[in-house]
Amino acid sequence: MRINSLLLSILLLSGCSSTALRGTGDLGVVIERANGKVQIVETSVRSVLGEVAELGDLSHATVEFSRDERYAYVFGRDGGLTKVDLLTRSIVKRVIQSGNSIGGAISSDGKLIAAANYTPGGVKFFRSDTLEQVADIPAIGADGKQSKVVGLVDAPGNRFVYSLYDGGEIWTVDMQDTAHPVISKFSGIGKEPYDGVLTPNSRYYIAGLFGEDGLALLDLWHPEKGVKRILGNYGKGEQKLPVFKMPHLEGWGFYEHYAFVPGVGRHEVVIIDMDSWTAAGAIPVASQPVFVVGQPGSSHIWVNFAFPDNGVVQVIDAAERKIIKTLQPGNAVLHMEFTPRGENVWISARDSDKLVVYDSATFATVQELPSAKPSGIFFTPRAHRIGW
Amino acid sequence: MRNSLFKIGVLALALLLPAASRAEASTGAAPDAARQAVLVNMVREDCGSCHGLTLKGGLGPALLPDALKGKDAASLQLTILYGRAGTPMPPWNRFLSDTEASWIVEKLLQGFPDAH
Repeated sequence: MRINSLLLSILLLSGCSSTALRGTGDLGVVIERANGKVQIVETSVRSVLGEVAELGDLSHATVEFSRDERYAYVFGRDGGLTKVDLLTRSIVKRVIQSGNSIGGAISSDGKLIAAANYTPGGVKFFRSDTLEQVADIPAIGADGKQSKVVGLVDAPGNRFVYSLYDGGEIWTVDMQDTAHPVISKFSGIGKEPYDGVLTPNSRYYIAGLFGEDGLALLDLWHPEKGVKRILGNYGKGEQKLPVFKMPHLEGWGFYEHYAFVPGVGRHEVVIIDMDSWTAAGAIPVASQPVFVVGQPGSSHIWVNFAFPDNGVVQVIDAAERKIIKTLQPGNAVLHMEFTPRGENVWISARDSDKLVVYDSATFATVQELPSAKPSGIFFTPRAHRIGW
Repeated sequence: MRNSLFKIGVLALALLLPAASRAEASTGAAPDAARQAVLVNMVREDCGSCHGLTLKGGLGPALLPDALKGKDAASLQLTILYGRAGTPMPPWNRFLSDTEASWIVEKLLQGFPDAH
């Protein structure tokens, strides 16, 4: 009798494919922003495994991963924070944590999720297992006003760094002791910081400024030195060129000691010498860059563009400082995500309702997958990258 | 083959659309159904990158009827066409005729249609 029930459970288990063992290192999440769904994809055979729905308003949604790469934390525009199980493809927990949100980060120990909010402006912290709120830090600047928060990144030592868009400040928060966050504020860093990035060595936090030229640089190893303004000539210039989509700073291309960054309003990728923090040239490109992303293990840097030239992707060779390939993946290319070794890049073409996967060595299309208005693509190895 | 047909289609559209816009601007006629669909997608998706897909705001302000209540339609049209100095709002007159901007304002004030 006992043996019979054991046999029955084995039969039941083996008959149910969702319980088959599998790793998560080749999984990813694609935002289907118009219908509040995410696709769960895998990058080995390159297929869509399934969908998870009911995630709310996913315009400008972003994703962080648990350190075991099993769970995705999806940050929606509507302030929704959803923990998704990539294996069962289901929602574990969902909270509405603010009225209007823009992004998130996960702490170095994996225990804290931070959400950056526009309305009300500030950062909230949650336990990554239960999504229970542990801290709320309103972004009230030196001017006494509440500010939208942008450019939130994690830094080593359970620290977080972010910028106040309206207030023009950079804040660092040490969350070693979650009951007593230690906040350091740097004011007067420049007008309208719109995004921030951590350099690959996790030492420098750089905020892009929209309201004026230049970049704000904070040395996290020497915060006592304060925020330094660099590249005074970097930006829209005197004429205040129109910008049809805000550039993103995540995933800057880095080559030797140079960083390759989107020119704001200009049809160029700007090169920064990271030894001297001075401009080291520019590469003319098709339009206003949005993402400038380095291909892992390569000198190639991939660039997509703002409306109306968003059907084009260009590849730059950073060593030669020139464009080596122009691709047309589809209409309204929004995002590019490399597999961790860089052999493939997945590109979302929003208005073509598809994902296009390229072989990065030959530039051949190796796969196209249907996707409803896809925007961000996020692969699980991000779990182990500092500042992503 | 399918790909090249698609390209020809896109090219044809690209050639037709500006001509259609100009015609509308001069006659003052509302954009036709095909152009309306393009405009709805543009507002939802491209304006949406700052104002939110649901237009309830983001880096840019909310564009829902309640938020726009009492605002002058003509000044909203000018903001779309020529941008707003001192803010990230760019001028869209390279891509939109006067009539099209006016149609967008009218729809925003009523509650903007869905893309699908």
